[in-house]
Amino acid sequence: MATSIDISDLNIYYGDFLAVEGVDMTIRARSVTAFIGPSGCGKSTFLRSLNRMHEVIPGARVEGKVVVDGQSLYDPSIDPVAVRRQIGMVFQRPNPFPTMSIYDNVLAGNRLNAKRMKKSEADDIVERSLRGANLWTEVKDRLGKPGMGLSGGQQQRLCIARAIAVEPQVLLMDEPCSALDPISTAAIEDLIHELKSDYTIVIVTHNMQQAARVSDDTGFFNLKAAGQPGHLVEFNATSKVFSNPDDPSTEAYISGRFG
Amino acid sequence: MSLIDERPVAATPAPAAMALVAPQIPAYAPLLAAVLATGLAALAGLLLGWSLVAVVLTAWALLVVGLPAWSAAIEGERRAKDRLVTTVVWSTFALAMVPLASLVWEVVANGHAVISAEFLTYDMRGVLGAGGGIYHALMGTLVITALATAISVPIGVLAAIYLIEYGKGNRLARTITFLVDVMTGIPSIVAGLFAFAVFTLIFGPGVRLGIGGAVALSVLMIPIVVRATEEMLKLVPEELREAAYALGVPKWRTIVKVVLPTALGGIVTGVTLAIARVAGETAPLLIIVGTTTTLNLNPFDGRMATLPVFIFSSVTTGGKYDAEQTARAWGAALVLVAIVMTLNLLARAVGRAFSPRTGR
Repeated sequence: MATSIDISDLNIYYGDFLAVEGVDMTIRARSVTAFIGPSGCGKSTFLRSLNRMHEVIPGARVEGKVVVDGQSLYDPSIDPVAVRRQIGMVFQRPNPFPTMSIYDNVLAGNRLNAKRMKKSEADDIVERSLRGANLWTEVKDRLGKPGMGLSGGQQQRLCIARAIAVEPQVLLMDEPCSALDPISTAAIEDLIHELKSDYTIVIVTHNMQQAARVSDDTGFFNLKAAGQPGHLVEFNATSKVFSNPDDPSTEAYISGRFG
Repeated sequence: MSLIDERPVAATPAPAAMALVAPQIPAYAPLLAAVLATGLAALAGLLLGWSLVAVVLTAWALLVVGLPAWSAAIEGERRAKDRLVTTVVWSTFALAMVPLASLVWEVVANGHAVISAEFLTYDMRGVLGAGGGIYHALMGTLVITALATAISVPIGVLAAIYLIEYGKGNRLARTITFLVDVMTGIPSIVAGLFAFAVFTLIFGPGVRLGIGGAVALSVLMIPIVVRATEEMLKLVPEELREAAYALGVPKWRTIVKVVLPTALGGIVTGVTLAIARVAGETAPLLIIVGTTTTLNLNPFDGRMATLPVFIFSSVTTGGKYDAEQTARAWGAALVLVAIVMTLNLLARAVGRAFSPRTGR
């Protein structure tokens, strides 16, 4: 069920400002792809352009091609809502719906899309998703409690459960561990390893070790200079990027000799 | 001159331990100062034959000068300033409470005597002197206010949704915001004249209809509802909308199922306060609804009595039964104040009931 994503010559704009320039890459199916790079170089912007979340921001637009499963995402005939059902997203800060219980948060994607289902079916999805997100044992006795009552790490895993409950083909994660402690981070990294067998995962991270631990391929984004658009410097297998990168600036960034 | 400081090192005094302890006047000092100031002022007033107002003003002046002076002598300048500002803030609060408390007191004192089962369940048909009641006016107020709410809540909430979720600062949205601001400032009598003009165009001259009053009141309510809803929708974090979009939820469904429930507590509070605000309007109802002595529950058929207009006409009619009419006006005022206060309390309770829970 997982699919690969082909990106060719992608330019991303905020109004007239070119934020990311000329990205070409292929994200393999059933693998973890990590994006690293300094703040403001357009990693998150690029990630958001992969499920058409970018255009939610007023004035934001995209030029170029993103091809998923043979279909160009930015073709006028494509329905962005349908795209987002297939390509899920987990955000930097946990954002469970405050009006809903843990149970309803997991089912939000299904319920909000007015999918009718039996109680047993719903229970099934909730348990499967929460187990998938490594959260089931912690919350199984309080599914009716508000989702906002969980700790930060639990909330983030709840958001992951919510994202996988709709069974997307691709899961985009925008710095999912940046607000979490090492134990929650480890739980989420384990989870990424497990999810890899079913989903195509793309993760943005500022943590180099995390990129090295979880990903199969790594893309390094950088700015040419302040005020210039970000661009993809190097895209290679993670083992190569971290041991013998093609570009000297990649090596400089990874080894901490950046800037 | 040598560059080296030749004074013996040991002679410099060792720095004292961090000075974290400071002298303080006792916690009951403000109360004590207030009592002393009042006592002194009362004493002076008794001896010199001052009026109550002069005594209160003197007590206040003594407190404002005395408490900071005491604090300055013991605690130092910074704390003294704090005491001064605290005293001034409490004084303005007390000042603001004076009209409210005296109003409630007046209304209860003058109105409670006339309240009875008969007063609340009879209308004024054929009543000249004692007896009769405000049932017709009470029902009129409820019907017209309910209709006004039914008109203005959908319009107001939908307008606010457009402004926040769809308009986002485009020309149309800016124009609407400006017009809403202008509407907020419309005098209620003008709203009444507007409704009167509209219904005169439709039904001919001399028209008196309950629905006209509801239209006039909704002209006053809509801007309040729009404003309150707008502020609440602005408070809903963008992240929640994005979370819903990322799950493949269409925009309209995100608004209905995520944004509105999150903001519901505040919206309901805003609406209830808007209702409370218009329930006591007199001028527009006087123009377009008129008044009557009998019960009329049909807002599409002729005059209706309402509490504010009932109060107005009871007090202004005069004549032989002036005393009874004034008593009934106070009773009606008490009922009206009770309705408005109940609505305010209800708004708080509802706001709390609907607000998102964090519960651990």
